[in-house]
Amino acid sequence: MTTHYLILSGLLFSIGAVGVLTRRNAIVVFMCVELMLNACNLAFVTFARQVGNLEGQIIAFFVMVVAAAEVVDGLAIIVTIFRTRRSASVDDANLLKY
Amino acid sequence: MDPVEIIQHTAGGVIGLSWLMIAIPLLGATILLVLGRRTDRWGHLLGVAMSLASFVVAVLAFVELLGLPEGQRRQAVHLWEFIPGMVDMGLLIDPLSIAFALLITGVGSLIHIYSIGYMQNDPDRRRFFAYLNLFVSAMLLLVLADNYVGLFIGWEGVGLASYLLIGFWQFKPSAAVAAKKAFVVNRVGDFGLLVAMFMIWTTFGTLAFGGLTPVTEENPTTLAIGLLLLLAACGKSAQLPLQSWLLDAMEGPTPVSALIHAATMVTAGVYLVVRSGAFFFPQGSGAALAVAIVGAATLLAGAIIGCAKDDIKKGLAGSTMSQIGYMMLGAGLGPVGYAFAIGHLITHGFFKANLFLGAGSVMHGMNDEVDMRKYGGLRKYMPVTFATFFIGYLAIIGFPLLSGYFTKEGIIETAVQAQPVLGWLAVLGAGITGFYMSRMVFMTFFGEKRWEKNAHPHESPSVMTVPLIVLSIGSVFLGGYLILSNRLMDWLAPAVGAPAVRPEFHFTSTTGIATLALVAVGAAYAWYKYGRSEVPAVQPRGSFLTTFARRDLYGDAINESLIMRPGQWLTRLAVFFDNRGIDGVVNGLAAGIGGSSGRLRRLQTGFARTYALSILFGAAVLTGALLLVGNI
Repeated sequence: MTTHYLILSGLLFSIGAVGVLTRRNAIVVFMCVELMLNACNLAFVTFARQVGNLEGQIIAFFVMVVAAAEVVDGLAIIVTIFRTRRSASVDDANLLKY
Repeated sequence: MDPVEIIQHTAGGVIGLSWLMIAIPLLGATILLVLGRRTDRWGHLLGVAMSLASFVVAVLAFVELLGLPEGQRRQAVHLWEFIPGMVDMGLLIDPLSIAFALLITGVGSLIHIYSIGYMQNDPDRRRFFAYLNLFVSAMLLLVLADNYVGLFIGWEGVGLASYLLIGFWQFKPSAAVAAKKAFVVNRVGDFGLLVAMFMIWTTFGTLAFGGLTPVTEENPTTLAIGLLLLLAACGKSAQLPLQSWLLDAMEGPTPVSALIHAATMVTAGVYLVVRSGAFFFPQGSGAALAVAIVGAATLLAGAIIGCAKDDIKKGLAGSTMSQIGYMMLGAGLGPVGYAFAIGHLITHGFFKANLFLGAGSVMHGMNDEVDMRKYGGLRKYMPVTFATFFIGYLAIIGFPLLSGYFTKEGIIETAVQAQPVLGWLAVLGAGITGFYMSRMVFMTFFGEKRWEKNAHPHESPSVMTVPLIVLSIGSVFLGGYLILSNRLMDWLAPAVGAPAVRPEFHFTSTTGIATLALVAVGAAYAWYKYGRSEVPAVQPRGSFLTTFARRDLYGDAINESLIMRPGQWLTRLAVFFDNRGIDGVVNGLAAGIGGSSGRLRRLQTGFARTYALSILFGAAVLTGALLLVGNI
């Protein structure tokens, strides 16, 4: 039972990770990050159920709060970049380098 | 007989005020240097007045000393506590120091007066007199101090004055270089004096002449101190092997050559040896023998150099070296030689100052030409200069009954008895002296005119000729007065000790006749070579020996190859090590870090996805590592 949840969590995380690494559109990358966070949440909740306490569930709430905050300022940045550069590609925003 | 004990001077009188001798010229120098150009109009008169005032004090102190019984003729005048518990600054008024003081202030004043005329057209005449006064003051401190520290301060002071005056025309690169050379070579000697003072302090616990006791047996310590003092004397008195600076020092104005590099400063080495004689150069000791050997070697070297110089001042400089060699030889023979050494020092002070000032007078009339090949036939045009120069010439070659005859004969006679080999070398040196001095006289005053076209030789003004006349009178009579019936020896006995046997002056001794014969041969050969036959206007190539002498016996070449070149190699090696070794490590480290960080920088691509990949990779590695560690 737990194993299935964990496999699902691993799959979701891998999909998210591959998406972050391969996709160029900032919005999609963003959603993939959310996917990875939620994969983690699933793993936390699964373990919490198995161990039988609330700590994992509480951490899942924390992650959600952080994710919500991250979405707010992340989207704000993406919108600003889009306004100035007319592009939402993460590869175009590469000025800060050597 | 040992020197008498030094007693503390208590009563007033001139001896108590003898510090004025030093203070007066120092005040003159200070006024002239501090007030600067404002004193240009009367500065030279002030300089002369200060020097004369110092001379008057010296004469009064001399008279007072004469009035004292022989046992009290060494008076120490305490001035102040210089280094508490170590050195009390004081003056020692005794027959030796007062003889020097009279020579320095007397001849010094004459040269001051002469300089008024000689430096008349120099815009910096006032500065010249300031330096001359500074020199007189420092030289008096050197001879009057009653301890080695005071002597050393004077020693450095005259070195400074010598440096300033050699480089007086500092706009001439040759003068600036010569001044520097004199300063550097003198440092070598000063090093010897300093180390000797350290050793005296650690061995005897005092640096005052009065605190040391005469030794009879030489031990390794006194031998070492004696040799170090000899090194100091060699530096100051231009003796082998530190002779090279004196010939270049002729770049200074001629009165400087006369006062500092002939009459007084260069004889400070002789003073040092005689003053320390009873302590570190006892008769028959190794140190005294070393002094005599250095003297004999230098008297020949200087004479040989004098033979080949066409520059009249350099010829005289070679002669000065040679004559100081005689003094050193005399000073190396113990109390019996001291009187003759000091006697020769005094008479040499007169006749060599006379010769130098005469040479200056010739240069003055010949547009500062120094090449004797461009002189000739000057005796009709400069009668006074010629007459006084000729007297000085007769005195230096030891013409019978003139000053140089008595003192030089005394040294030679004593040397032949004590050290026959060195004595006969001195006889040979006298013969060479006869040659080179005659050559100088013939080339300058006799023969055909070989002048430059614009030369209009004329007699110098009386402000220059009067000092010449006074000096030439000294050159005639002083030697006989000092040496006959041992007047100088008896006078100096309280200060330097008296020999066991009083020498007697023989007019017809074997060595005396041999010396005169050799001098006559030398003079005759000079007449044959330069008086009778024509003097070529251009220096002939000459034999190997001539080149040897012209190049100052390769003194500069030896210094260059033995000291300068290895020194340069050493510095080059140090520079190489610094550049390649130390700087290499530092620079290499910096370049390595800079290069690697430059490469590391390339990791910052600016692509967010690259960073994400490296984060993932790092996380994977960390997880793997945790798993591994967890398994253990």
